[in-house]
Amino acid sequence: MSEQHGNRIYLTVWFWLLALTAVEVFLAYKQLPVHTMLALLMGLSLVKAALIIAYFMHLRFEKASLAWTLMPPLVICIVLMIAFSFPDGLRLFDMRKG
Amino acid sequence: MASQATAWEGGSAPYAVPSKKLGMWLFIISDALTFSALLVAYSYSRIANPNWPTPFEMYPAVTFSTIMTFCLLSSSVTMVLAVSAAHRGERGAAVKWILATMAGGLAFVILHANEWLHLIHSGVTPFHNPWGAPLFGATFFTLTGLHMTHVVCGVIYLGIVATGFGRGRFESMDVEVSGLYWHFVDLVWMFIFPLVYLMSVHMG
Repeated sequence: MSEQHGNRIYLTVWFWLLALTAVEVFLAYKQLPVHTMLALLMGLSLVKAALIIAYFMHLRFEKASLAWTLMPPLVICIVLMIAFSFPDGLRLFDMRKG
Repeated sequence: MASQATAWEGGSAPYAVPSKKLGMWLFIISDALTFSALLVAYSYSRIANPNWPTPFEMYPAVTFSTIMTFCLLSSSVTMVLAVSAAHRGERGAAVKWILATMAGGLAFVILHANEWLHLIHSGVTPFHNPWGAPLFGATFFTLTGLHMTHVVCGVIYLGIVATGFGRGRFESMDVEVSGLYWHFVDLVWMFIFPLVYLMSVHMG
């Protein structure tokens, strides 16, 4: 339901999104090992995505049934895509490396 | 709790949102899956190729893509301000914030087009590049190209909504629905930016 929120919360979310982006760019500059980088960057990006969906897209303030209808299918499909493709990508990498 | 149960059992509005908003959400979910597929395709090719190119220097490529990220994030804030002004009935303020959002989107497109031209001048084509795995160009241009198309369509969409809302033909819900689309485009970039740029920094 559209309750009235102050604009302050949006500016706070914006600040955190910019701060997390700055952390990501700093990590890229530091050149950590590739697996650590991937895990950290994806973790930070998921937090940013959750902030955008919850506050900017207002999903937190909608009826819970809407979020429960939209999000689980999306997450399941993405997890399936990753689970099917990444082990095969690694297999090809090992075959080509030698 | 009781009213929620009856809604699930076929009440008139189980999600308590207007049909336009539900329609946009359903479109966003399907579009999110399209982008997920392209991101997975990019990552698959990257993992499978030991000679994947890492052509992005901290300056200019990463610096400019960070500025592009800033443009999109800030345009999302101006968009929520437009939506809240629209719901308060301040048409003039809402139109002004939508125009600011469009400016952020345009800045993004101009910077990104510049980045594309830079890569094209370095000899990157969809199936060839000077550094290594040939598929780099195909996956990069498809992924970022589809995203850029979404930004361009978004700017046009917002232009139509701003004109219509300013003239009183659209209601505040139309502004909110266009805002959902715009935030989604921003959201997708939050994954393209780290996976494509930050994971491929070239330290000379």
